[in-house]
Amino acid sequence: MDPASAKLIGAGLATMGMIGAGAGLGILFGNYLQAAIRNPSAAGQERIWLFLGMALTESMGIFALVVALLLRYA
Amino acid sequence: MAIEPMKQFMIEKIVDLPAVHVGGMTLDLSITNSVLMMLIAAVIITAILSLSAKGAIVPGRMQAVGESLFDLIDGTLVTPIIGHGGKPYIPFIFTIFMLVLTMNLMGVVLSFGHVVGQDWTFTPTAQLAVTATLAVLTFLAVIVIGFVKNGLGMYKLFVPSGMPLAMVVVMVPIEMISFFVRPLTLAMRLFGNMLGGHVVMNIFASFVVALGAFAAAGGLASLGYLGSGLSLAMVIALTGLELVVAGLQAFVFAALATVYLNEVVNLGHGH
Repeated sequence: MDPASAKLIGAGLATMGMIGAGAGLGILFGNYLQAAIRNPSAAGQERIWLFLGMALTESMGIFALVVALLLRYA
Repeated sequence: MAIEPMKQFMIEKIVDLPAVHVGGMTLDLSITNSVLMMLIAAVIITAILSLSAKGAIVPGRMQAVGESLFDLIDGTLVTPIIGHGGKPYIPFIFTIFMLVLTMNLMGVVLSFGHVVGQDWTFTPTAQLAVTATLAVLTFLAVIVIGFVKNGLGMYKLFVPSGMPLAMVVVMVPIEMISFFVRPLTLAMRLFGNMLGGHVVMNIFASFVVALGAFAAAGGLASLGYLGSGLSLAMVIALTGLELVVAGLQAFVFAALATVYLNEVVNLGHGH
């Protein structure tokens, strides 16, 4: 296999890291909703931690994107 | 008329200015579409905020806009996270939030400009250079404020209190990596979200055109109108989603900047 196509396949495989980020976001929002429905009065003040958790979970998927972009363009 | 999904991220020169040489480096200071959109964003922000700065006790419509934007940063981010010591940092976080928010929203609203030959439309936040500048600025601000506030006590950032000595060897490198990777994630998050969303929107928009052209042949191919219509509905839905993402990512950027500032402002206080 020539290196160029191996790089493209690698870039495609690297995007699989987003599976984990997707699962993480699902768990995060699911658990937040569960907690928010159980105790709606406390939901508002914890929403900021939801967004922070979302940002940190997403950054794992973004590392996968970085690897994919590096393989594709660098 | 094919839509190229990546064409919207091309930098085009609008006003050609002569290059400047600084210390062996050649800096091209031409006004590009990226710079133009950032300037428009700055004008919009200044206009909205100066129109809303009336100081009336009962706010009018514009003042209510300004106040709710300000309260979003002060009331839900800075004061709950940093505490009352956070007041001096509100202008910094508010500026970054407004700039990112305006550029994101302008990007969504004008994202199909290049389809109709308007090459000046652009999403500055879908350009890594722009988001990296904002992220590095935040990172440097955190470091400078940390050293000013704590002096050499900054090392506590990497050594959580009450940690056994044996764990220090393991934890310090991990904490250092997670600290120094922050500007990278901050820049890539905004860049990746904007780039990804706009590419997906443009790909669905290209389906509308391609399937419509395919269906124009008539006969069985006219089923393509169905796919074309579905794609159009998808583009509309995605535009709505992108509007949410634009606001959310600006908020997340501001929230992370606040959290990073909080770590150095309240270092060792365990707030």
